[in-house]
Amino acid sequence: MTKEIIYNYTLHLADNALILAQRNSEWCGHGPILEQDIAITNISLDLIGQARSLYQYAAEGCEGATEDTLAYLRDVRAYKNCLLVEQPNGDWAQTILRQFFFSTYQYFLYQRLQQSADATLAAIAEKSLKEVTYHVRWSSEWVIRLGDGTGESHNRMLNALDELWAFTGELFTPAGYEMEAVKLGIGVDVNEIKGEWEQRVNEIFAEATLPSPTTEGVWMQAGGKTGVHTEHMGFILAEMQSMQRAYPGCEW
Amino acid sequence: MQTNENILTKNIWSLLQEVTDPEVPVLTIIDLGIVRDVKINKAGAENEIEVVITPTYSGCPAMDVIRMNIRMVLLEHGFKNVQITTILSPAWTTDWMSDAGKEKLKAYGIAPPNPKQQVCNTQLFAEDEAVQCPHCNSYNTRRISEFGSTACKSLFQCNDCHEPFDYFKCY
Repeated sequence: MTKEIIYNYTLHLADNALILAQRNSEWCGHGPILEQDIAITNISLDLIGQARSLYQYAAEGCEGATEDTLAYLRDVRAYKNCLLVEQPNGDWAQTILRQFFFSTYQYFLYQRLQQSADATLAAIAEKSLKEVTYHVRWSSEWVIRLGDGTGESHNRMLNALDELWAFTGELFTPAGYEMEAVKLGIGVDVNEIKGEWEQRVNEIFAEATLPSPTTEGVWMQAGGKTGVHTEHMGFILAEMQSMQRAYPGCEW
Repeated sequence: MQTNENILTKNIWSLLQEVTDPEVPVLTIIDLGIVRDVKINKAGAENEIEVVITPTYSGCPAMDVIRMNIRMVLLEHGFKNVQITTILSPAWTTDWMSDAGKEKLKAYGIAPPNPKQQVCNTQLFAEDEAVQCPHCNSYNTRRISEFGSTACKSLFQCNDCHEPFDYFKCY
């Protein structure tokens, strides 16, 4: 039972990292300027690295699995990432805001996960946190730059907020395996980090001259953590997994 | 005491000096501080050599090559039974880079990580501790991008000699 909880919880963390990495990597060669193209793909690389560590650990708890089978041979319903990370890149504002929401979440999550009773998860969190700190700083600066930039960039940030806000509630709504993991002292209680996340978002938004987002009267979408995804997820996997599906076991 | 095991361990450490970072070939893995331990495990007739390493960045693609090269170098010197273990905690830090490594980096045209600056924090638009231009030694430099050509570097430009350069950022 404990083994299954660790497996599911680790997969959830890994899927979040991998799917956002895959999304960000779509910017490769298309970034608004060269330096930021490099930045967003570097963030992808960090996330892929974190996902690998997590998949390798998850694979230990599943007979016959490897990091590759977990990443490339599971179908949509088996993925446990939150809906936020699978949302389309949209324009640069939307990509930035998605990164800011997620990195800020990951930052507070990993800070606590360092104290996990599971030594491997604690070590991965300790390592990843150093990288996520750069992501938080970079994406926060961009939220301010765009929000407090021109009329055009400000409006694009407002539009991005409209597109993404409804997917933030899920971050703080624990799935069954998350609650079980908390009971075992392995996982992080996402309710505990909600306040810090909101405070940080409000601080950055104030600086960015963006309105403070409210949860009141907003229908928050959920389901990704238990495998019920938006229509985008299938397309992401179709692209990401096509090589392994066409040439099973191929390496390069 | 000079036991056979001590001599062997010392030997392995010096052999590992031959393994370099494929992306920054002037640095050995010892300079980088990614070799954390060398152990000799008794395993029947032939001892097992265990090399414990830690990755620089989680997603650093050089790590797979480094792992392979460690194996190759030890194999060339007759060590067939080699185990390479990866540990994540304590997490690697640029503090572990040797002074010799920092000198070599600078000579290669990459500004080495600053000694005083702490690891990155979430403070916005922070003024970094001045980074010295590896070409003209000026401290009058500016950051162009937080992220550079590899995960471990950011992009800078010198305001005096105008040369752009890589900075091995603090981690």
